[in-house]
Amino acid sequence: MESHAYFHSVTLDQEKCRGCINCVKRCPTEAIRVRGGKAEIITARCIDCGECIRVCPHHAKKAIFDPMSIMERFQYTIALPAPALYGQFNNLDDINLILAALLKMGFNQVYEVARAAELVSDATRKYMLRPDIVKPVISSACPAVLRLVRVRFPELIPNILPIHAPMEVAARLAKREAMARTGLSEEQIGAIFIGPCPAKVTAAKMLIGGEKSAVDGVLAIQEVYPHLIGLMKKVTSADLSQAGRMGIGWGSSGGEAAAVLQEKYLAADGVENIISVLENLEDEKFYGLDFVELNACSGGCVGGVLNVENPYIAKVKLKHVRRYCPVSCNRLPNDDLSNYLWEKPLEYEPVLELDPDFRVAMEKMKEMRRIQSHLYGLDCGSCGAPSCRALAEDVVRGIATEDACIFKLRDQVEELAKGLNLLAQHMPKASE
Amino acid sequence: MSDTIQLNFTVPGDDFTRAGEASSEVKGILKKLGLSPMVVRKVAIAMYEGEINMAIHGGGGEITVEISDQWVQMVLADQGPGIPNVELAMQEGWSTAPDSVRNLGFGAGMGLPNMKKYSDEMSIDSQVGVGTTVTMRVYLNL
Ligand SMILES: Nc1ncnc2c1ncn2[C@@H]1O[C@H](COP(=O)(O)OP(=O)(O)OP(=O)(O)O)[C@@H](O)[C@H]1O
Ligand code: SF4
Ligand code: SF4
Ligand SMILES: [Mg+2]
Repeated sequence: MESHAYFHSVTLDQEKCRGCINCVKRCPTEAIRVRGGKAEIITARCIDCGECIRVCPHHAKKAIFDPMSIMERFQYTIALPAPALYGQFNNLDDINLILAALLKMGFNQVYEVARAAELVSDATRKYMLRPDIVKPVISSACPAVLRLVRVRFPELIPNILPIHAPMEVAARLAKREAMARTGLSEEQIGAIFIGPCPAKVTAAKMLIGGEKSAVDGVLAIQEVYPHLIGLMKKVTSADLSQAGRMGIGWGSSGGEAAAVLQEKYLAADGVENIISVLENLEDEKFYGLDFVELNACSGGCVGGVLNVENPYIAKVKLKHVRRYCPVSCNRLPNDDLSNYLWEKPLEYEPVLELDPDFRVAMEKMKEMRRIQSHLYGLDCGSCGAPSCRALAEDVVRGIATEDACIFKLRDQVEELAKGLNLLAQHMPKASE
Repeated sequence: MSDTIQLNFTVPGDDFTRAGEASSEVKGILKKLGLSPMVVRKVAIAMYEGEINMAIHGGGGEITVEISDQWVQMVLADQGPGIPNVELAMQEGWSTAPDSVRNLGFGAGMGLPNMKKYSDEMSIDSQVGVGTTVTMRVYLNL
């Protein structure tokens, strides 16, 4: 299993961290603790959702992505712009300007992820016709959702759509085509995603559903944006875009589900909402759904932390810019899904279990409840854990001690003070 | 056999937007114990239905969950109106839920049948005017 050698895009800037516990409280997998005044991420639990980056008032949480200089490593580079990129610009009527500016920036070729998204939509529609699948089918394009399901909702793994995300499909198709056209080898060609979030950075380094990602680097929309703004004024429009409204619609919440062309679908966005939907699906609290689209970011990928624009404004801009596009421009040539299906299944990662041995887990649970009953239940976070329950759990896992609780400590100091007092009373008095 | 873990919950009778909190917490604990997803799901579904019934029909009550190394047992006790005819109540589709509740999506008469289906053992002890106690067990099959 790969769980130990985790690469994560989301990391901490020790210098800037003030240990304020804002992030600790918001992490959906309780992956953050404050120790010695600094936040730490328990990497096996982190799903790269970016919530901690969003809430940190000191900007101490950050996402690692590739520098622009990564382009120099390859003889031939292909830009893979995420649909969310199209939603970042003011008064833009023509997507071709962005694509032309990317070429001007130095890329040899552009392959729109929106184009691959339309192929993935078509593959999804075909997959949905299979008689043996578990419904509702849950979308797999957001890597944070995949990681969340993998650690918290193992029961729902069979529902996950086992089809590669548009980013991956775009990289594979673009590279294959470029190799044939240029005669270059795979290593000489760099497929560089221009993306909205740390989850995608992590997905490019550690692919779920396959051995190795075809994406060679990920640039942040944030970083590329200022360059594009300048260059877009200098380029003239050429007929470059090959994506339609459907593919571009993937950039915001509801776009993927709408493209599946099924009536009975649900689209949820924002990490709290998706957790609640997953809880409900797990308990079969509603049925009759065919497709469930989940995006960890509010608003969908336009809400990713590496964007420039506010998610809801970007959503409107995305709608604006695609209004003259054709509905869809890309379909699978036949019914063969083999290029799209995952090579490797998603596997449950039991990182939240107390112990692999049930009997030991039972003992730990008892101990945990005993400790919890002695804590004050204020969930103040001063101990560095997100709640009193989490501290009790950390104690039985051996990664914290009870006296991390400042109230426990206060009690101990009080006891100590009483003891001292008593001792003082028994001391012989100095003669008057 | 090692002793058990006991969990107690109070289900409010007036506010069934809160029903589901207990089963959700139990689910979290069972997952931490590393029980199979199948067992977790059976418990969660059966318990949620029971919680809703207590809130809607029973006027609220107490739930005691006990976890041993063999089974998870749920005892749901209320002091509500009781069920006059348990056999009838157990039939799929039988419901006395008022329209106000049906409008919220409950009242299909599937709760008790689902509890029976998802638990491995179930018994109902109900007396009109006194209350209802439903006991369910799900075996761990470790
Ligand atoms: N705790 C209880 N106290 C009193 N009556 C109950 C209780 N639980 C169930 N009943 C009676 O049994 C009937 C059937 O219950 P059941 O849970 O199967 O269906 P329902 O609650 O009416 O609808 P659904 O569970 O599908 O939303 C109820 O309508 C009610 O009359
Ligand atoms: S990225 Fe998400 S899961 Fe990872 S530490 Fe931050 S909040 Fe937690
Ligand atoms: S919703 Fe989109 S932007 Fe946000 S984490 Fe998922 S893939 Fe990334
Ligand atoms: Mg019911």
